[in-house]
Amino acid sequence: MAHVALADKEQELAHPKTWIGMYVWSQDHKIIGIQYIITATAVGVVALILSGLMRLQLGFPGVFDFIQPDEYYQAVTMHGMIMIVFMLTAFFLGGFGNVLVPLMCGARDMAFPYMNMLSYWVYLLSVIVVCASFFVPEGPTGAGWTLYPPQAITEGTAGADWGIICMTVSLGLFVVAFTMGGLNYVTTAFQARTRGMTLMRMPLSVWGIIMATILGLLAFPALLVSVIMMTLDKTLDTSFFMPAISSLGENLSHEGGSPILFQHLFWFFGHPEVYIVALPAFGIVSDLISTHARKNIFGYRMMVWAIVAIGGLSFVVWAHHMYVSGMNPYFGFFFATTTLIIAVPTAIKVYNWVLTLWRGNIHLTVPMLFAIGFIFTFIHGGITGLFLGNVVVDVPLSDTYFVVGHFHMVMGVSPFLVVFGGIYHWFPLLTGRMLNDAMGKIHFWLTFLGTYAIYLPMHYIGILGVPRRYYANGTTEFLPDSVQAANLSITIAALIVAAAQFLFLINIFWSLFKGRKSPRNPWRATTIEWQTPDYPPKHGNWGKELPVVHRWAYSYSVPGAKEDFIPQNEPPSQYTRGEGDV
Amino acid sequence: MAQSPGNAVLAHDAVTDLVSDWSAEKEVFKVHWGKAMMWIFLLSDTFIFTSFLTGYMKVRISSTVPWPNASEIFALSFGGDPIPLILIAIMTFVLITSSGTMALAVNYGYRRDRIKTATLLFITAAFGLTFVGMQAFEWTKLIVDEGVRPWGNPFGAAQFGASFFMITGFHGLHVSGGVAYLTYVAIGVMNGRYEKKGYDIVEIAGLYWHFVDLVWVFIFAFFYLW
Ligand code: HEM
Ligand SMILES: [Cu+2]
Repeated sequence: MAHVALADKEQELAHPKTWIGMYVWSQDHKIIGIQYIITATAVGVVALILSGLMRLQLGFPGVFDFIQPDEYYQAVTMHGMIMIVFMLTAFFLGGFGNVLVPLMCGARDMAFPYMNMLSYWVYLLSVIVVCASFFVPEGPTGAGWTLYPPQAITEGTAGADWGIICMTVSLGLFVVAFTMGGLNYVTTAFQARTRGMTLMRMPLSVWGIIMATILGLLAFPALLVSVIMMTLDKTLDTSFFMPAISSLGENLSHEGGSPILFQHLFWFFGHPEVYIVALPAFGIVSDLISTHARKNIFGYRMMVWAIVAIGGLSFVVWAHHMYVSGMNPYFGFFFATTTLIIAVPTAIKVYNWVLTLWRGNIHLTVPMLFAIGFIFTFIHGGITGLFLGNVVVDVPLSDTYFVVGHFHMVMGVSPFLVVFGGIYHWFPLLTGRMLNDAMGKIHFWLTFLGTYAIYLPMHYIGILGVPRRYYANGTTEFLPDSVQAANLSITIAALIVAAAQFLFLINIFWSLFKGRKSPRNPWRATTIEWQTPDYPPKHGNWGKELPVVHRWAYSYSVPGAKEDFIPQNEPPSQYTRGEGDV
Repeated sequence: MAQSPGNAVLAHDAVTDLVSDWSAEKEVFKVHWGKAMMWIFLLSDTFIFTSFLTGYMKVRISSTVPWPNASEIFALSFGGDPIPLILIAIMTFVLITSSGTMALAVNYGYRRDRIKTATLLFITAAFGLTFVGMQAFEWTKLIVDEGVRPWGNPFGAAQFGASFFMITGFHGLHVSGGVAYLTYVAIGVMNGRYEKKGYDIVEIAGLYWHFVDLVWVFIFAFFYLW
């Protein structure tokens, strides 16, 4: 019964000889991770350009002829959905998850490399389908990223015929791709760790990634079901979500469906989704802060339990997105309570990051700048979340720019800062070269300050009552002229920040060929991904023998030790015996 | 008696054992990787079916028109009076039986009896195929004879046909996928593909199969008995 297998025995790796086998149809988790990263970045750029178009319209209403209301709504929708699902989710779990989980756990590869490869190719297909919607008749759907029916599939909304079908199909494909990848990440972290790597010695990056993956495996089903039902409503004229309704003066054949059902299914996915993006960021930023402050993470156990608690709670707060949907007020009471409770573990994490910095030996490297920037933006977004969690405060603020400011701070900017920090941190591991520091610092300051220039005014105009998802405000009586001034300045800031991202891409390409050669373990980190026999690591990661782990991931500045860090796999000695073992 | 540890102590030991097992090095669950993965997948799949069934309950409860009477629609007559639910009863029986043959296959797999394992797997797959066949028959009867369509039916709420075709269809796809999977494993067992790796795969396929059966029980209860 008891089946105790050394990871090495259980797995045979495919060793292709051809270039295509090694870099295209690759089963190597690092290559698959890079494939995910490249694809996600590419769609991310598309989404970035779309946001530029929206800002042009809002900053200079009516000046750009090619942006009509329909195009504006299509840009809103595609920007949101691509950023959240096809960019951030794919980047954190497909990209960082693939690269980091096996390396940090001391595995040779993912548990099921073949399925892992399929996961990427299905993901690529889903990206192609979602981008194909730009080219179908009438263009992509303009329903908003929440895709609420009836409007999403009713004549009059842009892309209500083909665009919405491309969207639902590509989401379905994405769920399939994610499931194949996600099963890998979880199984690898649970079952394929190397000797000595207990769960409570895992770096927080891995904790964040696998908890987010578990959330994904349990939340994406609701999305899958809702897009299946919506597709049927559209193509077979069923009425799951469609009540009796008349459109453009005609009664439609639908009857008796429930639009609120869609909202419940969508947000049962949608709220965990925001934590699918946030938890990996939490984990990665913890490791960045600890490494670059040369100090152990404060309250490791608490950090782990907070991740688990947030993950669990994130399934019982979804209807705080529906306070104005007309649901039973008792629901609002319940969901407001759970929403505010989730702030407790979240605050624990924030305190622990700050306490890790406290009296640390802080190196203001580029990854560290991004990590510290994250703490600022995340606190900002978290606090506006507390506002919105209360029903009475949310009702007037709902569907205004205040909400847009909130979620961009908390799940737009914050995770992106961590993505950047992570890239600056691990780029040397995958390429053997460092990214350029000067360009990195310019990139950071433009992005960090720029986001405040963009999103702070949004909170303000939101409180004034500017609704979100409006093509133009026209002459609305209660809006002062300053709103247009704010919109103009937001647009200018947005264009500058967007340009800064191209500087980042240039940095990547330049450093890939011309960057300074990185020494081994350039950040002097403890985690074992830096301890592979080959640098950068080769297929199979660990050469002849798997590493043996002797301590947790945060042995920085241990008194008496030779160096200010002790790698996890360094054998115990007089100074390091059992140290930091929790 | 006096020496045997009290329940509280036992419970405490169980908890500490559980914690140390879970946080031990290398493996959380002392099982084959594939099996761990299958369990996690089935958990995810459970959420899919739960979402489907919850959605169905919601549209059924909030429907403004009466819901069709299941036992009349699903009745079948063999010459005489229509017998309510008879086809479904047979389908359910077939599927449950297939779970039995599956369990036997797992058992013989671990005894490395290749012939018996493969035979039982083929029998299980055949039961699965029978089930899908009867489902096709039921769909045809509903569509052709009774005029039930996804967008409407002569008996009442349109959501009846919509959710019926959607959910039984999704389950039918699971059964069909399972049939393909079982056939693949059976052929592998016959060819001795698993002699070296061990026969865990039979059990893993079995987990999936039992799950699909279990889901059917819920669909059966919610669609035909409610
Ligand atoms: C203390 C923590 C948080 C609280 C109390 C909170 C609360 C809320 C509430 C009540 C809303 C609904 C506002 C409305 O539509 O009227 C909302 C919207 C949103 N939140 Fe949060 N939130 C928190 C953290 C987060 C995090 C960590 C993320 C993502 C990483 C996030 C992402 C979003 C998004 C994307 C929306 C807008 C969805 C939409 O309508 O399009 N929130 N939040
Ligand atoms: Cu939420």
